[in-house]
Amino acid sequence: MEKRVIFKGWMLPALLLLPQIVITAIFFFYPAGQAIWQSMFVPDPFGLKTQFVGLGNFEYLLGDPYYRASFVTTAIFSGLVTVVSMGVALYLAILADRLIKGSGTYRTLLIWPYAVAPAVAGVLWMFMFNTRVGVVAWYLGLLGYDWNHVLDEAEAMGLVVVASSWGRISYNFLFFLAGLQAIPRSVIEAAAIDGAKFWTRFRTIVWPLLSPTTFFLLVVNVVYAFFETFGVIHTITAGGPQQATTILVYKVYSDGFVGQDLGSSAAQSVILLLLVGILTVIQFKFIERRVHY
Amino acid sequence: MSDQRGMVQRRGLGHWFTHLGLIIGVLFIFFPIWLAFVASTVTQPEIVRPPMPLLPGGHFIENYSKALFSGVNAPVASMMLNSLIMALGITIGKIVISLTSAFAIVYFRFPGRTVFFWLIFLTLMLPVEVRIVPTYEVIANFGMLNSYSGLIFPLIASATATFLFRQFFLTVPDELTEAARVDGASPMQFFWHILLPMSRTNIAALFVILFIYGWNQYLWPLLITTDPSMNTIVMGIKQMFPSGDDLADWPVIMATSILAMVPPVIVVISMQKLFIRGLVDSEK
Amino acid sequence: MATLTLDNVRKSFGATDVIHGVNIDVADGEFIVIVGPSGCGKSTLLRMVAGLEGITSGEIRIGDKRVNEAEPMERNIAMVFQNYALYPHMSVFDNMAYGLKIAKTPKDEIAARVAVAAKLLQLEPYLDRKPRELSGGQRQRVAMGRAIVRKPAVFLFDEPLSNLDAKLRVQMRLEIKQLQRELGVTSLYVTHDQVEAMTLADRMIVMNAGKADQIGKPLEVYENPQTEFVAGFIGSPATNFMPAGSVGVNVGKTVGIRPEHIQLTDSPTRLQARVAYCEALGAETLVHLRLPHGQLITVRQGGHLPLPSEGTDLWLGWHDAAMMVFGEDGKRI
Repeated sequence: MEKRVIFKGWMLPALLLLPQIVITAIFFFYPAGQAIWQSMFVPDPFGLKTQFVGLGNFEYLLGDPYYRASFVTTAIFSGLVTVVSMGVALYLAILADRLIKGSGTYRTLLIWPYAVAPAVAGVLWMFMFNTRVGVVAWYLGLLGYDWNHVLDEAEAMGLVVVASSWGRISYNFLFFLAGLQAIPRSVIEAAAIDGAKFWTRFRTIVWPLLSPTTFFLLVVNVVYAFFETFGVIHTITAGGPQQATTILVYKVYSDGFVGQDLGSSAAQSVILLLLVGILTVIQFKFIERRVHY
Repeated sequence: MSDQRGMVQRRGLGHWFTHLGLIIGVLFIFFPIWLAFVASTVTQPEIVRPPMPLLPGGHFIENYSKALFSGVNAPVASMMLNSLIMALGITIGKIVISLTSAFAIVYFRFPGRTVFFWLIFLTLMLPVEVRIVPTYEVIANFGMLNSYSGLIFPLIASATATFLFRQFFLTVPDELTEAARVDGASPMQFFWHILLPMSRTNIAALFVILFIYGWNQYLWPLLITTDPSMNTIVMGIKQMFPSGDDLADWPVIMATSILAMVPPVIVVISMQKLFIRGLVDSEK
Repeated sequence: MATLTLDNVRKSFGATDVIHGVNIDVADGEFIVIVGPSGCGKSTLLRMVAGLEGITSGEIRIGDKRVNEAEPMERNIAMVFQNYALYPHMSVFDNMAYGLKIAKTPKDEIAARVAVAAKLLQLEPYLDRKPRELSGGQRQRVAMGRAIVRKPAVFLFDEPLSNLDAKLRVQMRLEIKQLQRELGVTSLYVTHDQVEAMTLADRMIVMNAGKADQIGKPLEVYENPQTEFVAGFIGSPATNFMPAGSVGVNVGKTVGIRPEHIQLTDSPTRLQARVAYCEALGAETLVHLRLPHGQLITVRQGGHLPLPSEGTDLWLGWHDAAMMVFGEDGKRI
């Protein structure tokens, strides 16, 4: 899309663009370039010199069982977060959409966990399931279930998934509700007159019409689970136990800042960059489609 | 609109099941926050002797004033101020540079415009988490560790907002621009008098989204604020947990968690309409 | 107030010419309507006069001053847009005052000028409203008001009535004409609606594919079209065209006869045709007949005449003077 009407000159636009160019160059492109550059070096054992290794860091990473495990962990984690947060949100949105009155009230009640930082959400859930003081853990104990996410890998994963999905439900709910309310009533009523029951209507009419929203949320939630859940992981499990919840972003952090392995951390950044690039392309195609219809 | 959706409604029992389902959802959403609130109003011994009470106690003022004015490492009041400055800095900075550059991209033709546009796409969605190590080095080299500018600038350096404003500007009718030209408006007069006022709702919606984004930052402040007096509240909570086996000061930590939620929640609730419009209509 | 001259004005986008050299002399205070089908270049021509489109070659003069390179506001023009282009966030007052504010006109003078325009356009009760709180006709008036307060040398109208419903269009048409008479400002008005063109214009320009086919007073153009295109475009229902040979004319290629110039008779005259269907409109009746080789001919006759029944064979007659003969190139012979 282009404007037909434009202003003349190039000095003014250059001036208008300058702040963004400067900030993006210094704090975005330079570091991104550095990441790519550093990914091809390894420091010597004393940290005094670095040695060029080409794609060596990548080779090493892809052969590293811990890194490969982190890939699998990330896939499981983001898959679960996406499915759980979208599933619950869709369920609630369908219920709210059925109401004649009051969907606005429920929306207000459901919307505000969006404002809660993932790190704070992590603290809240960690508090509930804390092995010493956690209320939920205590009641589970009463039922004979010995909850201990500090030691049990599956429980740790379950907890970070629920804590990450929790705040995300609001966001997805908003989009699903808006998507559902945008479906013309007449279409659904026509299907009802044709004799379609609720479930059939949902499967054959609502779900296909909702698919742009669903697809959009799918991409956005995967991106969220990849990057923005760092706070949840860091507060609840710090990647443990035995790296069971070390997702890729967490590993960039722990290798780069805790382990001080800059080459490996940079190579990991580059791999993440590629992953985001792919997601962005998918997203972008989607945006253009939305813009043009 | 909701009045017309009556026909395909289930009445009677199904109606109540709908409400029941939603109420369960609301309770699920609320429970962690409720529990945090309760914990912030009771004493430490009440918490460490499980099960903790499920109704608020009488130590609200005590816990909150302890958190606000002394905290654990730093008073929470100063952490909140840091968060506020960071959030506002990110929000205002990003909106300003995005508005001007979107204006330049949409309303001018200049050499390198296409290149610039593609660079924007590169920065879309690429979060700071991915480039933390080199960005940290840049900040360290500039001596910007433990500073507001160090907290703010790297988080402004993405073009999501530019993209949103571009999308909006493209929907502004060309005839308005022509009318302004016939009225004798210069490009900047058109920008100030017509484009900006017309973007009010978009700006407000973006303000909400960016404020929450900025306030809720965790990893970046964690890396570059080593001085407790520069900590932001969201990252400061984690710092309140003692290392080793010492017992955490739960009432104060929970009071801090509640305090960390209050400003963004107020912003979301009070600007709910704008925010929803901003999210659903203009975002992406 | 001023004259407006277009001297061999051309416009091309790359290799494609959209305006092929247009010459017009507009007298001071004259109301000129440019009419033509969509895509004929009429809006482009207007926007070139406004300074919103560049000029490839030729010259535009307003009051004897060459304005080819001038910015829109330096040309001392005002424009009324098709979609009104009102600033949605400004009140009616601010919409009208905006150009004056930019020109740093003193506040009291702005207030006075807007007041005069508002009174003229009956907009006084609405000065504080936003455009979205106005009806279509009122928005149209605000757009006019915005043009009037600037006291320009030339008014430019770009299909200003095309977004209104039929009834309002007729009413606003009259208002525009009256207003232009009162103010006496030279005006250039673009439309695709020939009724608007006929009723508003002092002189009209019929445009076809980037060329001005004919310039003249509306009735003159109607009665004496210079090209086949003009004969077909101006007048409703449209002129009937028949091959010259089929009606006994030895020169030219085509003969055009207006529907009201054909008489239907039972007794043999020029051509025989069969009534296909009739449209009785009350004051007049349109009779559509089919010639033996299939072509449809429309005849307009008074509503008082009896309706011929479908399927009857009738004779078509006309005076020699009613025949408009056009050559191979579409020009009148």
